[in-house]
Amino acid sequence: MTMPPAPIVVAHQVTKRFGSLQALDRVSLSIAPGTVQCIIGPSGSGKSTFLRCLNQLEKIDSGAILIDGELIGYRRVGDTLRELSDAEIARQRLATGMVFQRFNLFHHMTALGNIIEGPVTVLRRPRRVAEEEAMALLARVGLSDKRDAYPIEMSGGQQQRVAIARALAMRPRIMLFDEPTSALDPELVGEVLAVMRDLARSGMTMIVVTHELGFAREVAHDVVFMDCGQIIEQGPPAQVLLSPQQARTREFISAVLS
Amino acid sequence: MGGDSAARPAPTELERLAGLTIVPHRYYGRWVAAAIILLLFAWVVKAFAEGQIAWKVVGQFLTAPAILNGLVNTVIMTACAMALGIVLGVLFAIMYMSPNPVLRGSALFYIWFFRGTPLLLQLLLWFNLALVFPRIGIPGLIEFRTIDVITPFVATLLGLGMNQGAYTAEVVRSGILSVDLGQTEAAKSIGMNRLTTLRRIILPQAMRVIIPPVGNEFISMVKLTSIASVIQYSEILRNAQTIYYANARVIELLIVAAIWYLAVVTLLQVGQFFLERFFSRGRGERRIRQKVGRNKAAGGQA
Ligand SMILES: Nc1ncnc2c1ncn2[C@@H]1O[C@H](COP(=O)(O)OP(=O)(O)O)[C@@H](O)[C@H]1O
Ligand SMILES: [Mg+2]
Repeated sequence: MTMPPAPIVVAHQVTKRFGSLQALDRVSLSIAPGTVQCIIGPSGSGKSTFLRCLNQLEKIDSGAILIDGELIGYRRVGDTLRELSDAEIARQRLATGMVFQRFNLFHHMTALGNIIEGPVTVLRRPRRVAEEEAMALLARVGLSDKRDAYPIEMSGGQQQRVAIARALAMRPRIMLFDEPTSALDPELVGEVLAVMRDLARSGMTMIVVTHELGFAREVAHDVVFMDCGQIIEQGPPAQVLLSPQQARTREFISAVLS
Repeated sequence: MGGDSAARPAPTELERLAGLTIVPHRYYGRWVAAAIILLLFAWVVKAFAEGQIAWKVVGQFLTAPAILNGLVNTVIMTACAMALGIVLGVLFAIMYMSPNPVLRGSALFYIWFFRGTPLLLQLLLWFNLALVFPRIGIPGLIEFRTIDVITPFVATLLGLGMNQGAYTAEVVRSGILSVDLGQTEAAKSIGMNRLTTLRRIILPQAMRVIIPPVGNEFISMVKLTSIASVIQYSEILRNAQTIYYANARVIELLIVAAIWYLAVVTLLQVGQFFLERFFSRGRGERRIRQKVGRNKAAGGQA
């Protein structure tokens, strides 16, 4: 018998409020390295908020998040937790790459410019090296011919693939996807999912918020269903997606499929 | 298909319509307006040509050393005051948007004070600073007589620059607000800190919104420098005045100054055009322009 590998992401009793609204309610989740974790759930259930807490675009109100064993957002000093500085938070964010629903490519930079921006300005890598790596990434997402295209000159699917390449250029340990195909025309969904499938096969740890249940079934190692800021159900995709135990999960899945 | 067209007479009627020559609508109002304006213009030109203006004097003083010297001073002051104004504007816009209440409060106070008082009054205040603080510097270390430090140049620069800073701060702030929050989040997600995000991602995109009003203010500044003549800064208008006090060629010298102001402003407008085009990259304006051009071409062929 082998020991299961230590989880790369641990969320423990994570709680987040916006005013009186409880966006996350004691969410606990562990993710093993090299696995794909899918998160499904109705709109407003806290899926995005959870991802945003993982890369500290939101501050959590209570609970704890460990990435690679390192406490996120705080440093423990004796019996107290000290908030980290802007620079330290920026450094911790390097562990995660984020892909947004609305792509959020830098509008004033070309595809290549978007991809090398982080490596050159944040990691201080030589421009020539960064460009070579960026071209390899563009080839990987099938967009070598778009190196000089501005975001406005690309389709949504192409923009999202560049956004994935931009995140990968920082060599993150974990990739976070927040409904990466929800803003796309139906015929463009496939090209983005293909890139993600390829990434999962390469052994990248991925946390994917998605309504693409087919993708979840095929690629995910584990699926959680969230509602009202809580994890309602968790298990292997075959179980959660095909024979859900909870009534709310069943309702949601039949609503998405219809 | 041939049988169909015999059964329906409509296509032939449409075909006849399509073959007719198009006569553009005639805008008689435009012709009338153009005629009136041309007449007025001719009248003004005639009046100036026959009026009591010695055009030779205008030509003679256009390149007089004192005038050129004033022109250089005007241009230098415009550039320095705008540079100070833009630096202060960016600084105070960032302070205004900072989560730190002290920084935010200082920015608010600065904008409130410098927008709330007349520029002329500010100039006079700076120029007369010696009345309040006869000596300035770091006590014990280094000290100057205020009169030596606050020359007309320095007083004008501080007056115009700090006033401009208050206006530019508002322009920069609205530029920053115009950039989608998703851009900041994407920058954070690749590990950028706040200042790098501002410098690399937000400000370059805010420029598209900032450049047109700042361009206008640059042009205003060229002309605003003329009020520095009241505190003896020898810009072009003041030097023109000095000359006409001596030779009484008032209108001629005012025309000389006007010609130079127009020349400088025209140059600035050309510069503004190219700057705007540069900062609109990736915004599709070039593409749209090309598309319109292509459509026109297609329309022309049809
Ligand atoms: N910045 C915010 N301010 C206030 N409420 C927010 C904010 N972000 C999210 N919320 C609220 O938190 C809840 C969870 O949102 P979200 O995580 O975006 O849901 P999901 O991604 O599952 O659709 C929603 O009710 C949403 O309105
Ligand atoms: Mg969401």
